[in-house]
Amino acid sequence: MEYLLASAIGALTAAGIYLTLRLRTFPVILGISMLTYAVNLFLFASGRIAINLPPVLLNNTPTYTDPLPQALVLTAIVISFGMTAVVVLIALGAYLSSNDDHVNLSDGPVDAQEPSK
Amino acid sequence: MNHWIIAPVLLPALVAAIIILVLRYQVITQRVFSVASTVALIGIGIGLLVHSMSGQIDVYELGNWPAPFGIVLVLDRLSAMMVLLTAVLALAVVLYAIGSGWDKRGHHFHALFQFQLMGIFGAFLTGDAFNLFVFFEVLLIASYGLMIHGGGAVRLRAGVQYVIYNLLGSTLFLFALGTIYAVTGTLNMADLAVRVADLPASDTAMIRVAAVLLLLVFAVKAALIPLHFWLPATYAEAPAPVAALFAVMTKIGAYAIIRIYTLVFGTDVAATADMIGPWLLAGAIVTLVVGMIGVLGASHLGRLAAFAAIGSMGTLLIAIALFTPQAITAALYYMIHSTLAGAALFLVVDMVRARRVAEDDAIAPRPAIVQNGLIAAYFFAAAIAMAGMPPLSGFLGKLLVLDAVRDHALVWLIWATILATSLVAVVGFARAGSLVFWNVAPEVDHTPAPHPQTALTFVATGGLIAAIAMLTVFAGPVTTFLSETSAQVFDKQSYIAAVLETARAIEVENMPLEGSQK
Repeated sequence: MEYLLASAIGALTAAGIYLTLRLRTFPVILGISMLTYAVNLFLFASGRIAINLPPVLLNNTPTYTDPLPQALVLTAIVISFGMTAVVVLIALGAYLSSNDDHVNLSDGPVDAQEPSK
Repeated sequence: MNHWIIAPVLLPALVAAIIILVLRYQVITQRVFSVASTVALIGIGIGLLVHSMSGQIDVYELGNWPAPFGIVLVLDRLSAMMVLLTAVLALAVVLYAIGSGWDKRGHHFHALFQFQLMGIFGAFLTGDAFNLFVFFEVLLIASYGLMIHGGGAVRLRAGVQYVIYNLLGSTLFLFALGTIYAVTGTLNMADLAVRVADLPASDTAMIRVAAVLLLLVFAVKAALIPLHFWLPATYAEAPAPVAALFAVMTKIGAYAIIRIYTLVFGTDVAATADMIGPWLLAGAIVTLVVGMIGVLGASHLGRLAAFAAIGSMGTLLIAIALFTPQAITAALYYMIHSTLAGAALFLVVDMVRARRVAEDDAIAPRPAIVQNGLIAAYFFAAAIAMAGMPPLSGFLGKLLVLDAVRDHALVWLIWATILATSLVAVVGFARAGSLVFWNVAPEVDHTPAPHPQTALTFVATGGLIAAIAMLTVFAGPVTTFLSETSAQVFDKQSYIAAVLETARAIEVENMPLEGSQK
């Protein structure tokens, strides 16, 4: 189980980093999503892996799983969901207004504003 | 419990909700609410600062759950000072946004502005590392909206970069927090301080990784080189009032570094003491050099102001990287100064831009703008402050930093860098100012460019410059307060005792508590 989870986190992170280094916004956003999946699994595992155990102390259970990482993951999921929606909208707006979905600004739109005198 | 501690978080949240739900289409009423809220926040900030001056550390337990089980807000001198600084800056920014008409160029400026303030105040007040993450996200998501306020292709594309960079930073923050939780089993800062100090020497590999990951996150926020790439385009392309408010955003990174790396990973913690300071110092020196060379090489005023902000972060982080009480005092003084000066510079740049025919900000001869002399005087004052020349507080701040590094092994390098980069900055600002204001191109059609700005913009920018002047005049009392602040920052035990007091009282009553639970 540890090996499965660890390699899943590793594969997701590697894919995420590769995709965020791409030139266009769509793969970059996919990469960020991959990274958030990876970090959610990572946070989940930070309370140690416990299978088939209740997340709260009950009267007759000697063992339990740590509930706090589950709360943290829930918060992280909500936040990353909202953030992904925001970045998709801004990237879409940028693409529609400039007809270009490259991430970089290196084609010098700042200088292009200068009037030729 | 002192309920005023949570007021800086609650008030902007409520006002933002009212603005967005009730006052959606009424710009005038929105402005009234936004200004009233910001003025009230200054009042609360002054109240909290006066309260914190007694040296007492106040803890606000949300839901009355004692730390480390619940989330706490902690008010000490440092957080009270940062809250007041942000509130003062926010008033100048909101007045400028109203006076220049920036708030009418898109929707929801005031609502997003209040949400941004809520996030900033929360980040300054929280005593919980995960809560710090949440407030970072609150201020970031509001800043994404503010960054693209008014729209435009270039601004949107700069906004995409900004959002992507900060999303990666947030992911890194979560990785760091997960690692910390896996090692210590807590995320409350005071509880973390206790547990990290108690870690056996054989078990420090993970916590060292976590400490460095966390430093990277804060370095992204503080625009430490090589993690500064988001800053120049963002600050240059953001609407001017937003760029001015962002002047405090980089300081949140600096604040978080001061807070975490004195309290949790302090210089007395053997596991991490030997690596944070040297890395930070090296990065800060390079940041200062790159920032000031950027000032010299900038082709646009917006870029100039952005690189000046990077350079000032370099100076600030040099002082922080020493982690001595005297250096932190100098850093805090320079932090107040550079927040105000950086914001003033961004506002002056926008005043130039609004009055030009093409609304550009190139550092090149153009026909003389309306009120050329007055704006040149404002630019002059902001440039003097930013470059750190006498008589304004930038000079005193740099002097304090130079004095604080006197006993450091690398004193010659730090002195040479700060003094040489100051000269470079002076030349850069002088070049930009004389090209923009003195080297006036002949007018083509003799029609002065119309501009929508009212006198309120001069009040707002002048207010920031007046605040810098006040900081210079009252440097004595301010530094006395700041040295008490940094003494309190280094007094870990009283912070820990204040936060964990209630939990210990319960433990004494022998209630069964699981040590690994938060």
